[in-house]
Amino acid sequence: MRTGRGAGLVAVQEEMGGEGALEIAYSESMFNVPDAAAALRDYASQGYDLVIAHGTQYGTSLSQLAPDFPETSFAWGTATNTFQAEGISNVFAYQAEAQQGGYVLGTLAALMSESGVIGVSGPVEAGDAKLYVDGFKFGAENAKAGTQVNVSYTGSFSDVSLMAAAAETHVAAGADMLTGSSQSVVGAIGVAKDKGAFWFGTQWEQTSLAPEAVVASQVYDWTGIIKDMIASHQAGVMGGKAYTLTFKNGGLVIAYNDAIEVPAEALAAADAAIAGIQDGSVKPLP
Amino acid sequence: MSELFTLPVLLGILYSGIRLATPYLYAAIGEALSQRAGVLNLGVEGIMLMGAYAAFFVAWRTENLWLGLGAAALVGAAMGLMMAYISVTLRAVQGISGIGLHLFGLGLSTLLFKTTMGGVQSISGFKPIRIPILADIPLIGEQMFNHSILVYLAFLLVPVAHWVLNGTTLGLKIRAVGQNPAAADSLGVSVMKIRYLMVSVGGMFAGIAGASLSIALINLFQENMTNGQGFIAVALVYFGGWKPWGVLGGALLFSFVQALQLWIQVKDINIPSDIAVMMPYLLTILALTFAVRRSDQPAALTKPFERGEA
Repeated sequence: MRTGRGAGLVAVQEEMGGEGALEIAYSESMFNVPDAAAALRDYASQGYDLVIAHGTQYGTSLSQLAPDFPETSFAWGTATNTFQAEGISNVFAYQAEAQQGGYVLGTLAALMSESGVIGVSGPVEAGDAKLYVDGFKFGAENAKAGTQVNVSYTGSFSDVSLMAAAAETHVAAGADMLTGSSQSVVGAIGVAKDKGAFWFGTQWEQTSLAPEAVVASQVYDWTGIIKDMIASHQAGVMGGKAYTLTFKNGGLVIAYNDAIEVPAEALAAADAAIAGIQDGSVKPLP
Repeated sequence: MSELFTLPVLLGILYSGIRLATPYLYAAIGEALSQRAGVLNLGVEGIMLMGAYAAFFVAWRTENLWLGLGAAALVGAAMGLMMAYISVTLRAVQGISGIGLHLFGLGLSTLLFKTTMGGVQSISGFKPIRIPILADIPLIGEQMFNHSILVYLAFLLVPVAHWVLNGTTLGLKIRAVGQNPAAADSLGVSVMKIRYLMVSVGGMFAGIAGASLSIALINLFQENMTNGQGFIAVALVYFGGWKPWGVLGGALLFSFVQALQLWIQVKDINIPSDIAVMMPYLLTILALTFAVRRSDQPAALTKPFERGEA
């Protein structure tokens, strides 16, 4: 299962004509920044045209090594800084407006909840995760007055066990709708399945993890961004662009699980929220 | 703050605390047995990961949870044997070799996960067993006596380990080997055998600790899913003064505070989440600093033994 960016890259590769047309190499689980920096330098030295560092922690390394490889385009995220102010012209940045899908899923959850209590388990109260959580809470509260949205964070992107315990706590506190962000939500999705609660996913399509519990997921579709980076590189623009995934540019998509019936009223409210976010009449954050 | 001390919240903490304590109990009791024989095994975390992987993979493929548990115990014991060979036979520095074992387990379990499973899969793990009569005790019965078999066995391990250490000849030998191996050796006790045995048994329990996560509590495997629990388990051994009942106290305290901090956040008590998630760790550090009596430490802990050297 390649989540997020990996899946986006493979999709672009297929579109361009398979492995012969676009060669992709990966290094995964690079939580250690010095190791990742070495890997980035290796890729650049080997002549890859585009080197992507997926993780906010890699910014400093990238700004240090990008000037050494002016023929290579680099990209990193989720971030907005392309380092142009520092005279660097071959770095792209990308981020997702995670609060947009959060707002829509919060709307759905509030209108589907029977108990009126929703549980949200985030990893670390920062960045992408915080945007998603805040958007979700705001959407739920706006969709149905009196909805109680309980929020907790585990302080870790990888603590599956604590994320599961957090979801259990939310259920014990009365929640019948659950959501959460980061790779560690797999534990919480299991809790939703066991306790008969519904789950709302983000970042990647999570239905396969629990087809009986996952109602919908906000999916990041990176293909447009990756294609534009490749096209820019081919046209000689090595960097300098900051990309954002939104509903409007098609980078954010709500993927529903066909096996779970969403009430028509909730579906209509979610569609209205997406339309409102696109035309600017709905602000997904307080 | 008062809404935190309501009955449903306290019962919720009791239930979550018991579940959260389970992997710590297996890992820390196993580590205590190893340390009482004089060997510090810092590789618990890596063994837990390999145990979690082995249990999940075997249970997933065979659809037999007991085979999965057996696989975790075997893999754990084998890694314990490796640690024993390195630290007892080769007499390597224990702290360093344990860290090596941790990294080995982390790397190998991640590699195996990616090559054999491709991505996160889930299974139906050990189901809760409701113990008649006890589970009918008003209020607390349901929270305490409706758990999976691996939760009950973890708590049962405490009196068993206490009895082995304090009530059997084997226990006497273990304590002698950890306290004064030269004297034990002169009385005909094989220091090497006892240390090999206890480090392997400790490894076996670390493997089972991992299994308790992957096939009983969370029912999936993901890379690095133990997330430092093996290191907390080592700290709990010091916290518990190398005694099984002390380890139980430490594991419960840590887990209850962990459950409490989740409730603090869910109930929207005005404490920043960053502070809340630190609470169990801060408490452990404070307790290690102020409550642990170093005099309880096995005198020969971390010291390799060679006949003739005192």
